[in-house]
Amino acid sequence: MIALEKRPEPSRAWSFATPMLAVLLTMIAGGLMFAALGKNPVEAIRTIFWDPLFGEFAFYYRGQLLIKAGPLILIAIGLSIGFRAGIWNIGAEGQYIVGAICGAAVGLAFYPLESFIVFPLMVVFGALGGFLWAMIPGILRVKFNTNEILVSLLLVYVAEFLLASMALGTLRNPDGAGFPGSRNFRSYPAGFNEEIIAGTGMHWGVVAAFIAVIFTYVLFARHQMGFQIKLAGQAPRAARFGGVNPARLVLFCLGLSGALAGLAGLFEVSGPAGQISIDFNVGYGFTAIIVAFLGRLHPVGILLAGLLLALTYIGGEAAQSALGLPAAAIQAFQGMLLFFLLAVDVLTNYRVRLGKREAV
Amino acid sequence: MKRRSLLAAGAAALALATGGGFADGHEKTKVGFIYVGPIGDGGWTYQHDQGRLAVEAEYGDKVETIFQESVPEGADAERAITQMALQGADIIFTTSFGYMDQTNSVAAKFPDVKFEHATGFKREHPNVATYDARFYEGRAVIGTIAGHMTETNKIGYIASFPIPEVIQGINAAYLHAAKVNPDVEMVVTWVYTWFDPAKEADAARAMIGQGVDVIMQHTDSTAPQAAALEANNEGGRVFTFGQASDMASFAPAPRIASIIDDWSPYYIKRVGQVIAGTWEQGASWGGMPEGEVVIGEITEVVPAEVKAEAEAMIAAITDGTYHPFTGPINKQDGTPWLAEGEVADDGTLAGMSFYVEGITGEIPN
Repeated sequence: MIALEKRPEPSRAWSFATPMLAVLLTMIAGGLMFAALGKNPVEAIRTIFWDPLFGEFAFYYRGQLLIKAGPLILIAIGLSIGFRAGIWNIGAEGQYIVGAICGAAVGLAFYPLESFIVFPLMVVFGALGGFLWAMIPGILRVKFNTNEILVSLLLVYVAEFLLASMALGTLRNPDGAGFPGSRNFRSYPAGFNEEIIAGTGMHWGVVAAFIAVIFTYVLFARHQMGFQIKLAGQAPRAARFGGVNPARLVLFCLGLSGALAGLAGLFEVSGPAGQISIDFNVGYGFTAIIVAFLGRLHPVGILLAGLLLALTYIGGEAAQSALGLPAAAIQAFQGMLLFFLLAVDVLTNYRVRLGKREAV
Repeated sequence: MKRRSLLAAGAAALALATGGGFADGHEKTKVGFIYVGPIGDGGWTYQHDQGRLAVEAEYGDKVETIFQESVPEGADAERAITQMALQGADIIFTTSFGYMDQTNSVAAKFPDVKFEHATGFKREHPNVATYDARFYEGRAVIGTIAGHMTETNKIGYIASFPIPEVIQGINAAYLHAAKVNPDVEMVVTWVYTWFDPAKEADAARAMIGQGVDVIMQHTDSTAPQAAALEANNEGGRVFTFGQASDMASFAPAPRIASIIDDWSPYYIKRVGQVIAGTWEQGASWGGMPEGEVVIGEITEVVPAEVKAEAEAMIAAITDGTYHPFTGPINKQDGTPWLAEGEVADDGTLAGMSFYVEGITGEIPN
């Protein structure tokens, strides 16, 4: 007989151990799946987890890892602040898109002016775009008590149509022979988010992600606002008596997560993606929700979770072309990782008891 | 800039380490494919993968093929292509329009690898070639069949992106449908995706709801075929055409014919040139004469005289006596485009951004 007994306090030891246990379990279950597909499981796991970091082409993959993890971490950090306060911004993908559109539009408006001011302006407007897009669910929630989950999510689809319209119309490259898509920032140095140290993948978006991690850490450890956020999430009534202004908190959390998502979009469009195109967004805003929870809403956890998820993407792609694994097998593998993380979470909150269940 | 030289240095180091020859010393010619959809999409990507298999069948031990499916057309594509080049591919086919800038950007870093980009127009480096097929030839044939088959005089067109390749298809289909049925109306729905079964099915159902009874698609899944089948099972009368692939499992109806992209001849030719060391940059635009655009079986649901008319057109396009864009043709706003007997030049077709006279609605912009 196996029984679960709730721990009075979540176990600190297990909360550190479970992510590693989950990765291990994923390797075993994933290895079995790869073996069932007729591939060498050890080689597949090595290709996914080892080669991108230490393999022959690690000099290329390490940089790609940062490029992929940067927007995930930046968005997830913003989301985690709201999630801790019980404010659920599910529409980061939309804020990411609108931030990219606003920032890129400002940059393209200056084309072909070569001035140091162009890129900083783009950054400001990228953040502003995401902020304003997030203010829609924020203000609706504060004024009319609408559900921010639904409003922010539905605004993603609106943002996608806005993106299509921009790529086909307003921001379309006038020298592009009628093809959709804006000018490419690669050919406009003043607006291009160049790698700071060449070959490392370290562009301004990655720097911003690291700064956000540190800033959030300090916010929760030292700042009054951080305390209010935690209080509002854990004990809403107590928070109200404690002088927390709920409307201000909603606007702060949504606005901040929107601005960070907008920044992520701007850094992506002006750097790795290079241009506004119809399918510019690839789901970072949604994946970041997973990253936020994987990192247990803790800034350092999110940093690691973002890197881990990026690794499974990069390594998964490598496994596809190197070993001929189908794309679906890689997605299933990523799914397993999340599944096991949530599953072993039970060990953090519960104690496993073997033997007879004691009478209560 | 430095990143480029770093990559180039990496590639050079590999070449040195193996004493020349192929980048990583393998004996087989490594052929890479980047796909926009899953190989099981039953349409566009499936056909490219058939081309890959044909290359394997043709050259056997001399080649090794690798592929990556469902690669998004954005920053991720650049990494996927780079990855293949790093893994030692000698030639890489990037099989969707949206890989254009990424293909050229990776090509700059790997001057010894050959790149072939499907349906694009940028060849910024000597190691980048482009290739495309004259799908509009097939559209002319199925447009003719559609014009005859419609009873409601409404033909639906599920369009992906407003790029010249798609607009050519809409125009060719409409011109030939209207030629045999002047009352025909073209209902165009833009879905902004190459492969999204849910969106494609929604578009098909919405069209059927508006009274459309013949549906064409420029998207890659079989979902519109399934939606039409569903409508027919409920007593409807809707016809479709296989797109990119034969989609024969929906024959004899709703699928009454199909436009098949056969990339095998081109892939076999180009890989052969890499093996022989005679590959050169080029811009290929083959069609029915080259065997790259093929009309699949026209089913018994289509009346014999319509089938005969379609087959006559296939023969005429194949032997070069008929061009689907032969004047007189006016643009949508009524301004003349092609005079009597005049044939469209490839330059205009490759940049086509206008509807022909008679199509209602606007190209989104």
